[in-house]
Amino acid sequence: MNGWRVYAAVGLGTGLGSVLRYQLGIWLAVPGFPGATLAVNLMGSGLIALIAACAAGGTRGWVARWQPFLAAGFCGGFTTFSLFGLETLTMLNQGRLAWALGHVVLSLVGWLGAAWVGHLAGSRLAAS
Amino acid sequence: MLEPLAVLIGGTLGGMLRLGLGNVVTRWLGPRLPWGTLAVNLSGALGMGLLAGMLGPAAAEDAAGAWALLGIGLLGGYTTVSSLSLQTLALWQQGRGSAAIGYMTATLVAGLAAMALGIRLAGGGA
Repeated sequence: MNGWRVYAAVGLGTGLGSVLRYQLGIWLAVPGFPGATLAVNLMGSGLIALIAACAAGGTRGWVARWQPFLAAGFCGGFTTFSLFGLETLTMLNQGRLAWALGHVVLSLVGWLGAAWVGHLAGSRLAAS
Repeated sequence: MLEPLAVLIGGTLGGMLRLGLGNVVTRWLGPRLPWGTLAVNLSGALGMGLLAGMLGPAAAEDAAGAWALLGIGLLGGYTTVSSLSLQTLALWQQGRGSAAIGYMTATLVAGLAAMALGIRLAGGGA
């Protein structure tokens, strides 16, 4: 894939990922804590690492071919940094300092932990 | 029905913008560090601050259409955590621990600062 095809694949993947994030935001809404954003960022971090490890393994060619749509597209649009930041600032603004700090730490550990698990799972899949 | 469509359109544009800016920045600063994703997330945080400041705390109710298109779709899809996580993990696995910590810290600290700046510039207190 090159040129406009990559833009179309990343654009469409991002659009679909964003709609799914919006829908999960309605289903997973918890008052007082941005659990839906945390959940999509964890799932997206795990999935992108799984896709990257599968594509790097080389045995599953279709993953590498679909990578722009799946990784930069779907995972990129499903996860969001700007809404994470806005929710953190909103907690700070409400004077919930400990909640804001806990939200950032939990997110950080969760994102990286999920990426690590995804990487392990993807490496195992690629080798199988 | 209209809100999911607005999110789809905004998200599609946001994803293409992310790819475009990422390519330009990577060509400019090189691929040694993930400058493209950093530039996307910082500019997106600033944009989200401006939007939240302009729409105010009532965004979810009074300006539902604009919020779905620009907030959840465009800026939500433009910015990303998945690449940030993957790139941090990759730097760590390459034995570049200080680069990994620096990249994540820069994104978090500068991102929140850029967003707070955006809110202030837009005159909001959200």
